[in-house]
Amino acid sequence: MAGARGGGTDRMSALLREAAMTGLLVFGLAVALVGVRIQDGAALTPLLFRFDDAFTAAAAAAMGRLGVALLREGRAAPVLAGGTAVALAVALAQFFFPAHPLMLALLFDTAMPNWLITAFAGFLALSAGWRLRRARAAQGAGVPLEAILSNRDAAMDRIGAEVQRVARYAGPLILLLALALPLMPFADRRLIDVAILVVTYIMLGWGLNIVVGLAGLLDLGYVAFYAVGAYAYALLAQYSGLSFWICLPFAGIMAAFAGLLLGFPVLRLRGDYLAIVTLGFGEMIRIILLNWYQFTGGPNGLSGVPRPSFFGLPFTASPPEGGHSFHTFVSLFWPLDFSPNHRVVFLYYVILAMAMITNLFTLRIRRLPIGRAWEALREDEIACRSLGINPTNTKLTAFAIGAGFAGFAGSFFAARQGFVSPESFSFIESAVILAIVVLGGMGSQIGVVLAAVLLIGLPEFFRDLHQYRMVAFGAAMVAIMLWRPAGLLAHREPTMRLKVPAARGGGT
Amino acid sequence: MEYFTQQLINGITLGAIYALIAIGYTMVYGIIGMINFAHGEVFMIGAFISIITFLLLGLFGITWAPLAILVALLVTMALTPLYGWALERIAYRPLRHSPRLAALITAIGMSIFLQNYVQLVQGARIKPLQPVVTGGIEIMRRDDFVVTLSTMQILIVVLTVTLMAGFTLLIQRTALGRAQRACEQDLKMAALVGVDVDRTIALTFVMGAVLASVAGLIFLLHYGVVDFHIGFNAGIKAFTAAVLGGIGSLPGAMLGGLLIGLIEAFWSAYFSVEYKDVAAFTVLIVVLIFRPTGLLGKPDIEKV
Repeated sequence: MAGARGGGTDRMSALLREAAMTGLLVFGLAVALVGVRIQDGAALTPLLFRFDDAFTAAAAAAMGRLGVALLREGRAAPVLAGGTAVALAVALAQFFFPAHPLMLALLFDTAMPNWLITAFAGFLALSAGWRLRRARAAQGAGVPLEAILSNRDAAMDRIGAEVQRVARYAGPLILLLALALPLMPFADRRLIDVAILVVTYIMLGWGLNIVVGLAGLLDLGYVAFYAVGAYAYALLAQYSGLSFWICLPFAGIMAAFAGLLLGFPVLRLRGDYLAIVTLGFGEMIRIILLNWYQFTGGPNGLSGVPRPSFFGLPFTASPPEGGHSFHTFVSLFWPLDFSPNHRVVFLYYVILAMAMITNLFTLRIRRLPIGRAWEALREDEIACRSLGINPTNTKLTAFAIGAGFAGFAGSFFAARQGFVSPESFSFIESAVILAIVVLGGMGSQIGVVLAAVLLIGLPEFFRDLHQYRMVAFGAAMVAIMLWRPAGLLAHREPTMRLKVPAARGGGT
Repeated sequence: MEYFTQQLINGITLGAIYALIAIGYTMVYGIIGMINFAHGEVFMIGAFISIITFLLLGLFGITWAPLAILVALLVTMALTPLYGWALERIAYRPLRHSPRLAALITAIGMSIFLQNYVQLVQGARIKPLQPVVTGGIEIMRRDDFVVTLSTMQILIVVLTVTLMAGFTLLIQRTALGRAQRACEQDLKMAALVGVDVDRTIALTFVMGAVLASVAGLIFLLHYGVVDFHIGFNAGIKAFTAAVLGGIGSLPGAMLGGLLIGLIEAFWSAYFSVEYKDVAAFTVLIVVLIFRPTGLLGKPDIEKV
C-alpha cells in the first residue's frame, strides 16, 4: 500500500486511461449497430438515429471499468460511494421520469439497459462494501487481505467437491422433492410444465454426458437423435396406430441405430473433426425433416401425435365408448372429477422415471468394463489401444447408447407436445444440451441437474422479457464459464483408481 | 455448357465469401486450437455495419458506386474487428489455460449473445438494400440463354483475390506474420523468444474479423439483404470449408471455401436447392473418411 501511494497520480492516470479506452472501445462497438437503427418497411426515413444511446453505453462502460479497476487497486471507498450514487440516481430517474427529455438524452431510451446499469453499479458498490468489511476484519485478525480473496476460488472448488460427496445423500433427497413436487400446494400447471421441460433437459444432459463426459467425444449434433426419436414415435403412431408405450422402445432403438450409422464412418476422427461432422449430421437431419414433406410433413410438422395413456386409460373428459378414461376408472374406487392437470402430472412422473432410469443406467455402466473403457479412452487413447481395447467399438457403444437415450427423450417430447416440427431441433438445442453438460461439470450427474435448472428453469420464469431472454442466456453462459471454467461442480476423477497400498500417492 | 459456365461463375462468387470467413476459423484454430463459434456472427455484424453505412451514404446523397463501396469497405473494416478483438478479450483470453470445452461453450454463448443483441437493436425483419452495382458483361449466348458475368461478380472476385494476396504477404513477409506463424507452431516457445503472445493472438482475431467483415460486405452486395440470422449458416458452412481444406492451413481454407461454394452451386443447379447443405456435409464426411485431416492438412502424428 505504502509503495502505491508514491506513484499515486501515475497510477490514477493509468486507471483513467484504462477506463477511457474501454469507453472508446464500447463506443466503437455501439456506434453503428446501436447508434443507427434501420427502419423496417415504408417508414418516412430509412434510418433512426440513437447516437445518444451509444454515448450512454460508452460512458457506462467507462465508469464500470473505472470502478472495477479501483476495486482491483484496493480503493474500495470511492467505489462504494460512486456505485451507490449511480445506482440510486439511475433507478430514481428511471422510476420517476422515464420519459423526461433530459433522461432520454442521458440514459437509454428503453428501461431494461438502465436497470442493468443500476444493477451493475449496485453490485460494484456491494462488493466494495464487502471489501471494506473484509479489510477491517483482516486488520483485526492480522491476516493479509489478499489471502482471504485468493481463497475464494479454492473455497468454490471445495464446495464443488463437498457437493459431490454430499450428492450421495442429497441425490435421494432431491429425488424425493421431485416426486413430491406435484403434490405441493404451490404447484400449478405452469410450474409442472416448466418442471417437465427441466427434467427433459436433465435426461438429455445425462444422455449426452455418456458421450461427452464419460467417453470424451465432442458431439455437437446430439439434437439429431432427439429428433429421430420424436419423429420415429410420431410416424410409428401415425402409420401403425400403436400406443406410446409400444413405440417408445422402437423410437429409442431407431435413434441408437442412427447413432451407429453416423458413428461407424466418423468415429475414427479426432476431437474437432468429429465435432464438425456431428454438427453437420444434426443439420442434415433437420434439413431432411424440413424437405421430405411427403413423409414428415415438412415445415408444418406432424400434428395429432397420440398422448400416452395410463395403462390403457386415456386422460380425456369423456371416456371412450365401452371403456374407461382415467378419472372414471379411478372414480370406481375413489370419487375423482376430470381435470386436465391429471395428464400433466402423469407426464411429469413419466419423464421423471425415464430420467432416473438414464441416471441409474449411467451410474451402473460406469462400473462395468465398458464404462471403465470409456473413461480410460477419454484419458488416453493410445494406452487403451495397447491394452487391447478396440477404440472404435467402444466409442460406438457410447455414441449409440447416448443416442438411444436422446431417442427416448424425443419420443416423450413428441407425445407431450402432440406435435413435432423441425423447428424444435435446431443447432441451438444441441448447444444448450452441451452447455448443460459442460456448465454442470463434465461427468458430474448432479451438476447436470443444477445446470439444467439454471439454464432451462430460470429463463422460463422470465418469458415476459422475451426480447432480452436470449441475450441474457448467451451472456449467462459466458459468465458462468468464465467464473467456473471447469464447470459448476468440477469433478473429473476417474471412477476407478488403482490402489497401491505401499506406494506413496501412487495409482494416479 | 452455357448453364455450366453460369453455375461456375456463381459457385466461385459464393466460394469467395466462404473462403474469406474460413480463413478466420482456420487461423484461430491454428493458433489456439479452438473453434471460434462466434466468427459467423462477426461476419453478420460486418454485413450489418455495411448496410448501415450504405443507407447513411444514401441519406447524404452519395450513390456513386465506387465511392460508396470504398467508404463502406473502410467503415466495416474499421468497426467490425472491434467485435473480434472484444470477443477474444472477454470470452477467450481468460480461458486460455482452461479445459478446451470451456472456450467452446463461451464461444457458443457469445454467438447466441451477439445474434440476439443484433436482433434486439436492429429488429428481426430482413433488411433490404437497393442494388449498388448493376450491369455486367455477356460472355456467352445460345438461343435465349445468356451467360452473364455481372460487374458485381467481377468486383467480388477482384476484391477477394486482392485481399487474399495482401493477407498472404502479411503472413509471410511481415514481423506480425512471422510472430503469428511462430505462435501457431508453439505458443510457449514463441513467448520464450520474445513474441508478445497475447498481442499476436488478439491481432489474429482482428485479422480474421477484417476478412469476415469484407465477406459480410460482399454478401450484402451479392444478395441485397441481411438479417440477424445469416451468421449461423454462413458460419458453419465456412467452418466446414476450413475443415475440408484441413483446419489450420491457410491455402486449405481458401481451397475448401471455393470447393464448398462450387458444390453448393452445382448441386442446386443440377439436383435440388433444398438439399445443397446436405451435399456439402456429405462431401465433408466422405473426404474426412479418406483424409482424416482434410485436403491440405498436416497429418497429425500422435506422440506418446
